[in-house]
Amino acid sequence: MKVLIPGALRSYTEQGEAEASGATLAAVLADLDRQYAGIRFRMIDEQDRIRRHIRIFVNGAQVRELSQPLAPSDEVVIVQALSGG
Amino acid sequence: MVRKIAKPAVRKQDAATRARRVLLMVATRKGAWLYHGDAARRTWRADGPHFLGHVVSHLVLDPRDGQTLLAAAKTGHLGPTVFRSTDRGRSWKEAARPPAFAKAAAGEKGRTVDHTFWLTPGAASAPGVWYAGTSPQGLFRSEDGGVSWAPFSTINEDPRFREWMGTVQDGTPDGPKLHSIIVDPRDSAHLYFGMSGGGVHESVDGGRNWKPLLNGMEVVEGFDRADPSFHDPHCIRLCPSNPDRLYQQNHCGIYRIDRPSDTWVRIGGNMPKRVGDIGFPLVVHPRNDNTAWVFPMDGTAVWPRTSPEGKPAVYATRNSGKTWQRLDAGLPEKQTWWTVKRQAMTADALDPLGLYFGTTSGELWMSRDKGRRRACIVRHLPEIYAVEAAEL
Repeated sequence: MKVLIPGALRSYTEQGEAEASGATLAAVLADLDRQYAGIRFRMIDEQDRIRRHIRIFVNGAQVRELSQPLAPSDEVVIVQALSGG
Repeated sequence: MVRKIAKPAVRKQDAATRARRVLLMVATRKGAWLYHGDAARRTWRADGPHFLGHVVSHLVLDPRDGQTLLAAAKTGHLGPTVFRSTDRGRSWKEAARPPAFAKAAAGEKGRTVDHTFWLTPGAASAPGVWYAGTSPQGLFRSEDGGVSWAPFSTINEDPRFREWMGTVQDGTPDGPKLHSIIVDPRDSAHLYFGMSGGGVHESVDGGRNWKPLLNGMEVVEGFDRADPSFHDPHCIRLCPSNPDRLYQQNHCGIYRIDRPSDTWVRIGGNMPKRVGDIGFPLVVHPRNDNTAWVFPMDGTAVWPRTSPEGKPAVYATRNSGKTWQRLDAGLPEKQTWWTVKRQAMTADALDPLGLYFGTTSGELWMSRDKGRRRACIVRHLPEIYAVEAAEL
């Protein structure tokens, strides 16, 4: 499925869009990490929580759990919130 | 014949000159810079920014190979990582497994590393070994030159240590830290580290067991000195010329300890009363264990953490802390409100020794005469978090 990558993580993917597969959000992120080593830990902490400034949307709806089931036709959008200075 | 003799002499001279060049590693709130000095340490070639926009807490060169650099980095919005270069900063690769706490058991709330704060290369006899201290307090080790990291020892999950570490609310404003990881150059199983807060700890068996090393250290009035939770060492340094001697800049003063004694002696009492002995960085002389430098800050009332009275100065002791000498030649004389963070002052090992510090206002200062007179060598950097020096 298509995964949109925020600017701050394009040092890994070198483009704004990636292809990844998996039956859950956790599996898709694991697949992304296989392709782009290190990218998952920048978004997901060691307790498997989505980091504070990261938001993930599936077909436009925000997802908060990595166990979220996904279909091959879903679109995943990863957003990095901007704050501070 | 004469020419044959002269040629090797010139090459020897070149080699000696090359050996005197200093590399400064500057970590800032917005990235990292390398500064390559000329043979006289008068001009500095900037190489950077590296990781522009990343908060870089520490940038350290591996003294065992003179090539490998590790950078502890994060951005305000992404998780922490460690970047690694094996060609002295020409190219970088991210650690495959950065420092991270163990996954908590189901139903328990595990901790997460906010940032790696401190990096220490392992012993000369253990190439590839590095130690890292994190915020919140955690101790990690790499055995492959910083590529992959794992929790080291048992302290990250030890209930006693967890009690002493407290919560993020108990720590410094940008998070409690584990820092000053020290490997005894005579014995790689002899280790120290400090926690802000949480005290000073020592292991003599390679990290299997740890013992608090608190005797003599003061705490904020009204709290229990016997409880490591209330101790706040800011920076601990071991003297390379005498590994039985350590100095410490603490939230509550400046100390020295001479092992095997287990008692710290407060040596900041002889600092001028109007300046006090509060501060963050401390530097020891690489060849003289009687000499150390500190950079006092204003620790009164709400702890402004600025230069006392707006007049920055380094203070030096040359007699193990019996007396202190103010060294402010070349520094601004008034209305100067920056200070120097705990990793942001260092020395090279040349003779005469060069002393360097980076300021919270993004200036890099140095002296070429053991701290007597200073000059600003770089301006307009972001807030400086750490400065390290190496001789190439």
